[in-house]
Amino acid sequence: MNPKRKKRLIIILAIVLGSSLAVGLTLYALKQNVNLFYSTTQIANGEAPKDARIRVGGMVVKGSLKRATDSLRVEFTLTDYAKNVTVVYTGILPDLFREGQGIIAQGKLDANGVFQADEVLAKHDENYMPPEIKDSLKNKPAGVTQ
Amino acid sequence: MIPEIGEFALILAFCLSALLAVIPLYGATVNNELWMSYAKPLARGQFLFVAISFICLGYAFSQDDFTVRYVAEHSNSQLPIYFKLSAVWGGHEGSLLLWAFILSGWTVAVSLFSRALPLDMLARVLAVMGIIAVGFILFLLETSSPFLRFLPEAPADGVDLNPLLQDVGLIVHPPMLYMGYVGFSVAFAFAIAALLSGRLDAAWARWSRPWTNLAWAFLGMGITLGSWWAYYELGWGGWWFWDPVENASLMPWLVGTALIHSLAVTEKRGVFKSWTVLLAIFAFSLSLLGTFLVRSGVLTSVHAFASDPKRGLFILMLLAITIGGSLTLYAFKAPNVKSAALFSWLSRETLLLVNNLLLTVMAMTVLLGTLYPLLLDALGGGKISVGPPYFNALFVPIMGAMTVALGFSVAARWRETTIELLIKTLWKPATASLLFGLVFAFAYGKEFHVAVLIGMMLSFWVIFTTGQDLVSKFKNAKSVIEKLKNLPLSYYGMMVAHLGVAVVAIGITLVSHYSEERDIRMAAGDSLDLAGYHFEFKGTTQVNGENYVAQQAALLVTQNGTEVTTLNPEKRSYNVKGSMMTEAAIDPGLWRDLYVALGEPLNNGAWAVRIQYKPFVRWLWLGGILIASGGLLTVADKRYRKKALA
Repeated sequence: MNPKRKKRLIIILAIVLGSSLAVGLTLYALKQNVNLFYSTTQIANGEAPKDARIRVGGMVVKGSLKRATDSLRVEFTLTDYAKNVTVVYTGILPDLFREGQGIIAQGKLDANGVFQADEVLAKHDENYMPPEIKDSLKNKPAGVTQ
Repeated sequence: MIPEIGEFALILAFCLSALLAVIPLYGATVNNELWMSYAKPLARGQFLFVAISFICLGYAFSQDDFTVRYVAEHSNSQLPIYFKLSAVWGGHEGSLLLWAFILSGWTVAVSLFSRALPLDMLARVLAVMGIIAVGFILFLLETSSPFLRFLPEAPADGVDLNPLLQDVGLIVHPPMLYMGYVGFSVAFAFAIAALLSGRLDAAWARWSRPWTNLAWAFLGMGITLGSWWAYYELGWGGWWFWDPVENASLMPWLVGTALIHSLAVTEKRGVFKSWTVLLAIFAFSLSLLGTFLVRSGVLTSVHAFASDPKRGLFILMLLAITIGGSLTLYAFKAPNVKSAALFSWLSRETLLLVNNLLLTVMAMTVLLGTLYPLLLDALGGGKISVGPPYFNALFVPIMGAMTVALGFSVAARWRETTIELLIKTLWKPATASLLFGLVFAFAYGKEFHVAVLIGMMLSFWVIFTTGQDLVSKFKNAKSVIEKLKNLPLSYYGMMVAHLGVAVVAIGITLVSHYSEERDIRMAAGDSLDLAGYHFEFKGTTQVNGENYVAQQAALLVTQNGTEVTTLNPEKRSYNVKGSMMTEAAIDPGLWRDLYVALGEPLNNGAWAVRIQYKPFVRWLWLGGILIASGGLLTVADKRYRKKALA
């Protein structure tokens, strides 16, 4: 093999090795850090894993928001108009969090089927409905506006 | 009447760009000088009409013409005039018009400042930009005209601009970002023109470089502004969220960074030519992808506007044509490209190649993390989101590796470097950064973090190797001042940008590890101690703004009994839609920010309050500004100016 070809071969080998290493590590990291989305029905039916970080989305049931008097702990119910899930969160809720609005919560499901959220997301445009929630509201009763 | 003129001007601009896309290109192919020379006037005409169209839309906003649908949906008579004008790009249609306006602006700039360019090259470059303009103006006219009317029943007043966007940050952030995105179209056009003509040489790299650096500087500035805006306006003190749209702007910047380095090698040494072309294609394709991601509404994001599948499809097609077309051209033409020079395994060329690979890998990991949820969903794999830990786990180590390579490549020589030389030059900065890093990591803050040690060592490494290189320039100089004057501006640009990298790295390291944050319930008289500061909540008062009513809190901040400042965070309710907005109060400083934001009102006059201590957070944006200014300095280098005027 002439030196020029040899050099080229080494370069190509290095690139192939390097990129497969990078892709492998990337996929591994992806697998570790992916948060699956579940609807409230899926959670109520026990389809969601316990102890894994997941996302749940739905509409906040009107009149379900309860605040603790001495801390920032809040409790509310999420629904997809079929089944409900209780969510507990300690912290500041986003500006667009309102009863009757669609939100997404991230966190873990505890042993009692209560969702312990560490993050609550409400989108910054009130006309905007996260696609996950839109798709999960299959059982929306007629006349309910989003 | 005025909006119709705007629409009509846009149609005329479309016709001109169609001519621009065809005539000069054909002229260059058959070598007809007359046809080629049409490129300049057509580029100018196109700019003129897009500008007229843009001004018409701005006029409609300033006059509160709510018969125009887009104005009615994004403005309101109560808005202050400067927000009325910036609302022009507050939504989908207007921001696309801004895109087209900036594109025609870059086109006309190329036609004005490229007098040194051979006629056929100029004709091809302008024609390629004309092709891009055809796609975008057609997109505007077909799916997203901002001039549609609400007739006969126009609303009495507008819906209002999203309060988050009623901010100085929004006035400058999108135009800056678009200047960058769209600016890469120039690099792209140069690359395609060079492929078409078969003249991939040092001269091509030299023409392309100032444009690429300029676009890259704008993009960097835009990203910096976006991060700053998110920090104070989204209300919660985060500065980077790995939001898909942030990623969309970061990817072209990363590839653009690789591109400007690769272009430097191509100009100076005549190698990496096909790689440079490929990077130029990717940088622009990623800009288009960014536009697609933002505008099509496929992503859940702060920036996503209400979606319309027709629009998404259209941009996807534009993207497919751009990438497919240019890569096909590349496949046919690139094998003919010959590298002029050889270089050894250990040389600045190799090290810059390493830099390029690392940057490309970074862009790829971001791309994968951004698109993976979309792909999985499309394949029926369920709905997922990829969290910041993924990005941090991959991005941070590669960034670290890159800062190491940075020091080496500054010290290495072109063509060939010996290990002895590297050791001789670098042992001092290496030892110094080790020492400084150790001292800093142990001395600063309450606790020791290994990550801080590594982060600071790498930052000092960048600073010291850069400084060492500057000092080495004086070795044989008689007078330091004289030498400083004679160093080219592009060298200073490089130094400033590299120092910017170190400043950003310091900011990221320290703000990530030493920030303190508390969410608490506070009533008048309550207080909190955080990071050596004492925050006392004095209660809230009502304040009336121009188009909102706010509850304004007062927090007295003291340190060891002396008053530091009073912070006044607000919770605003905007009159038109009743939307709520958190307006944080910040006491900024070079060494730390104090950040207070109001959450929601609780019972008995108490509020949920978030109080944060953010050390060195300003360094992030300061570094971003330095990096971008470095890019601007290189553009001002007289090497390019002389060529341009000659």
